[in-house]
Amino acid sequence: MFASVLSTMGSVLVALYQASPLSPGGHSALHPSAPQAAHIEWLYWVIFWICFSAFVLTFAVFTRGSARTYISQPEPLPPIKEHPNDSKAVWYVGGAIAVTVLSLFAVLFMSVITGKQVEGATAEKNVLTIQITGHQWWWEIQYPNSQAYQTITTANEIHVPAGRRVIILTKSADVIHSFWAPSITGKRDVIPGPSSAFSFEVDKPGIYHGQCAEFCGLQHAHMGFSVIAEPEDQFEAWEKEQIAPARDPTTPDQLRGRQVFLTHACVMCHTIRGTDAGSRVGPDLTHIASRKMIAAETLPNTRGDLAGWISDPQVIKPGTLMVPNPMQPDDLQALITYLGSLQ
Amino acid sequence: MAISEPVLVADSDHIARLAQTWRQPPGFWGWFSNVHHTAIGTRYMVTSFIFLGLGGILAALMRIQLARPENGFLSPDTYNQFFTMHGSTMIFLFAVPMMFQGLGLYLVPLICGTRNIAFPRLAAFSYYIYLGGGLLLWIGLLTNTGADVGWFSYVPLAGPAFSPGKRADFWAQMITFTEVSALATAICIAVTILRHRAPGMTLNRMPIILWEKLVISFMIIFAMPSVMVVSSMLLLDRLIGTQFFNLALGGDVLLYQHLFWFFGHPEVYIIFLPGTAIVSTMVPVFSRRHIFGYTWIVVSVVATGFLGFGLWVHHMFATGIPQMSASFFTAASLVIVVPTATQFFCWIATIWNGRLQPRIPMLWIFGFFFVFLIGGLSGVMLASVPVNWQVHDTYFVVAHFHYVLIGGALFPMFAGLYYWLPKITGRMMDSTLCHWHFWLFFIGFNMTFFTMHFLGLRGMPRRIYTYSPDMHWGALNMLATCGVVFMTAGLVVFLVNFFHSKAYGDPAGNNPWAAGSLEWATTSPPPHYNFSELPTVNGREALWDNEPDQPIVVGLRDDVPEVLVTNTLDSDPEYREESAGPSIWPFLTSITVSAAFVGSIFTAWAIPVGAPPVIVTLIGWLWPRGHSPSAPVEAKERLTHG
Amino acid sequence: MDNLRGRPVLDVSDLPNVAFGSKNVSWLANVLYMTIEGTMFALVIASYFYLRTRSTEWPPGNSPPYIWFGVANSILLLISILPAYWVKTKAPTGDRGKVRLGLLILSLFGAACILVRIYEFTALNCRWSDNAYASCVWILMGIHSGHIVTEWIETLTLLSISFTDKMEGMRMADAAINSDYWYFVVITGWIVNFIIYATPRFL
Repeated sequence: MFASVLSTMGSVLVALYQASPLSPGGHSALHPSAPQAAHIEWLYWVIFWICFSAFVLTFAVFTRGSARTYISQPEPLPPIKEHPNDSKAVWYVGGAIAVTVLSLFAVLFMSVITGKQVEGATAEKNVLTIQITGHQWWWEIQYPNSQAYQTITTANEIHVPAGRRVIILTKSADVIHSFWAPSITGKRDVIPGPSSAFSFEVDKPGIYHGQCAEFCGLQHAHMGFSVIAEPEDQFEAWEKEQIAPARDPTTPDQLRGRQVFLTHACVMCHTIRGTDAGSRVGPDLTHIASRKMIAAETLPNTRGDLAGWISDPQVIKPGTLMVPNPMQPDDLQALITYLGSLQ
Repeated sequence: MAISEPVLVADSDHIARLAQTWRQPPGFWGWFSNVHHTAIGTRYMVTSFIFLGLGGILAALMRIQLARPENGFLSPDTYNQFFTMHGSTMIFLFAVPMMFQGLGLYLVPLICGTRNIAFPRLAAFSYYIYLGGGLLLWIGLLTNTGADVGWFSYVPLAGPAFSPGKRADFWAQMITFTEVSALATAICIAVTILRHRAPGMTLNRMPIILWEKLVISFMIIFAMPSVMVVSSMLLLDRLIGTQFFNLALGGDVLLYQHLFWFFGHPEVYIIFLPGTAIVSTMVPVFSRRHIFGYTWIVVSVVATGFLGFGLWVHHMFATGIPQMSASFFTAASLVIVVPTATQFFCWIATIWNGRLQPRIPMLWIFGFFFVFLIGGLSGVMLASVPVNWQVHDTYFVVAHFHYVLIGGALFPMFAGLYYWLPKITGRMMDSTLCHWHFWLFFIGFNMTFFTMHFLGLRGMPRRIYTYSPDMHWGALNMLATCGVVFMTAGLVVFLVNFFHSKAYGDPAGNNPWAAGSLEWATTSPPPHYNFSELPTVNGREALWDNEPDQPIVVGLRDDVPEVLVTNTLDSDPEYREESAGPSIWPFLTSITVSAAFVGSIFTAWAIPVGAPPVIVTLIGWLWPRGHSPSAPVEAKERLTHG
Repeated sequence: MDNLRGRPVLDVSDLPNVAFGSKNVSWLANVLYMTIEGTMFALVIASYFYLRTRSTEWPPGNSPPYIWFGVANSILLLISILPAYWVKTKAPTGDRGKVRLGLLILSLFGAACILVRIYEFTALNCRWSDNAYASCVWILMGIHSGHIVTEWIETLTLLSISFTDKMEGMRMADAAINSDYWYFVVITGWIVNFIIYATPRFL
């Protein structure tokens, strides 16, 4: 009993700490790592303090008014007929309305300014364009290039060079999704139809989490992504690796694994460039081993997790479009060894 | 007509005839023929309160699921049905039916000083149709056909390609039921307020609650068609293959959002304005004075009604619309703060320049001031486009709308229940239990929903059935879940108070609050003829402003149900209208209409097949019956001189 | 006698118990109902134009509806204003015979409109499931047809009542209000016909 009280109090304190701006977070709107999110954070605090003042003032006047005219007798007083102070009150109410209007104007003005800052400069050299397609329930990431063989296709993990402007073009393959990385910028709905574009640049290298923010069906909760900002040279190295086709198997296990891949249901949905598997239904697996997480940021990319995911994705993400793949344990291990080689 | 010299009125025979004329039939079948507004209003309040409980249970179960990361209490499919059903139940089956239809139908004729609502059979029909819609949706949930794509059911997710089965159709047709019900009630209430007010109740003397119900009736008339259109388009896309929302064949996904939110935004004001009306009713009563700034408040209520239609795109700021258009809607969303703020300042001035003698309903008004103020201010944050880009579709929004809906509607609703239940049941509610109810609920509410502001800012989106422990959302979610315990306890205390007081509470008498409006000029509960003497009115608070010898209305027949029709502006008597007596046809029509609506979920043939029975019942309803209106006048209220 | 009281009264016993025109509360209810339906039409029409902006070709791949049935319908609607007007003016006079005749003519017009409307449906040159344009055309025509049918049945019901002795007082007022609703059907019919038949030819 005592222990549970203590632990509840502990939870409350932890909650308070976590709620405060003190605690770190890789995905909080109040911990920006890009100028876009920083502009919005600034605006948020300004509006917050305006609203906070409004609340305190209004509630204080209300409380004061209630206290000063409070009568405690049980019998209802006869209704007051004369209101000599009402003409004075007109000025106060009018003044309060005027202050309200001015504050709202300020909010409007600053919002418009901040909105323009977030949209940012239109023409800039050396912009990186990334095409993001929302699927139920993963993100297809493409780095378009005029040379088709230099186009990078990956899933759920977006690498960007720190400090360089990135333009995101959005597309949906099915329903409405929403691309949201809180520490980078505001969200943008991903809607079937004409593409919508927005931009950002990430200041500091790091990993920034994001998640789908528009209800899109059974596994909306497990449709995460990450934005990995890295120094320019590391980014270029990553690009080079991603452009290359899949590494050929070098060990018998890997060879067997590739054979398993090509003879099971995998090829119905997944591409591994350099093999015959070219379906675009599911994520591109050419460089799957280079990614930190699988299943749209649901599981870490480890042998055990991958094995569980491949055998029965329905256990981890019920309703996902990937079918269970029962197979011999040896085959599964070989497959995972092969996939683990696809850096 | 004449304002005569003092006369003697033969009371007891007249009252006996009135009681006989206005009686509603007893017994089982009598229940289905009852057309008196107090009965229908009570049914709405009871039924909607049950839906409040059901929706609350769903919310509690959702909170249990979210209390810990990666929790397995509810499957994703169940969770999706629950959050959809929770929102749909609260908005369509609780909020409007309780705040507008229930309280409105019960109170409006009494506050107007007339004997029944206009078009009583239409009001009765509206209740049965509402009940039908609620049953449809919940039978859906209990048969694994629960709606599961959110209370606003966006396409393409809700369309034929991505939501096979009948779940979305049950949702869409529930909309049809509840919107027909709301539209019918709106017509009844609007006509009653415009044409059935007591003589002397000019527009300038109308209690603010009548202004608010009038504005809401018009908001419903202009807003509900939009959701009818969009839900019908969704049904047609799903059932017979129209292409309204199919991009490949010329349709548009955002069309759905525009049409839905053109309804959706006014809808929240339809839910919120009754709350402000309740506050405007009670603050004067418990400050023992007329309200300060009557004209300002009336203008604010009307302005809110108009402005509410100009904001809808603020639900779509993240869709990529041009900044210029978005900023217009920011401006509109901020402008609507002004009329609400005006009302707040007028209420405060009323208290400041009055003599505050609070009773238990005022406790909830204080709670409203706290909770709604926070909600309204978080709304100001949401109106800002860049901030909206961050917190849209997160728990910040969930926090905001629960603060404004619970603060703006539920708190005033409880104030209203503690205030008017003595009139409805004839018994006062217990004060101590009310305090327990309030504080438990207030603490629990803030514990649950204030926490959600932080969750949203920290990246937690809406409508996720679980989350990873790496997000560090677990402690805040656990705190939010704990609040549910307090809120539930508070509601249980309320139910105990209600049932106990109904049986054993102190007799209320006619006017326990010494209030000024006309519902307090009759017994508690009122008889079916509402008033033994129909009043005339001399000021904004009728009972406070009436002369000692304020005239009463005589001359209406008491052998047939008759009401007085007055003109809109000055409420001068114009003619006598026979009020519809008890009838089974509204119920029968609701059966045929429900059958056609439900059938059309499954096949388009339900419309041509279902239409003839509807026509038959409508003709039965409309066919004139009984005596001819031009027969010689029987027993008018007699005037005996001397 | 109990409860003797002396007090001033407002005696309304000599007020009529029938009202025509805008005094009648059913007139007001009808106006509110027409506002609801009118809003619905306005929203569907707005959707039609919205979808037009999303399309490069209009109609997209279909030919516009065959115009002459629409013309016939519009002419029928226009002429039908006359019996409706007649009923409205005769009803306050209490002349049951004339009102009965007017309702009969009006129901004949209603039947004719429904007949023409059936031909119109067959000549829309598209199926509702072809594309969004076709869906809009069918839903507009469908809603308006629903109004014609409802109004026709209401007219027939009043016509039947007019053969009984119950056709007096407020029932005559109802007949006059029915004409108001018929005007609404005519006006919305013209608007819908313009949208369906004219706009594809120049948009």
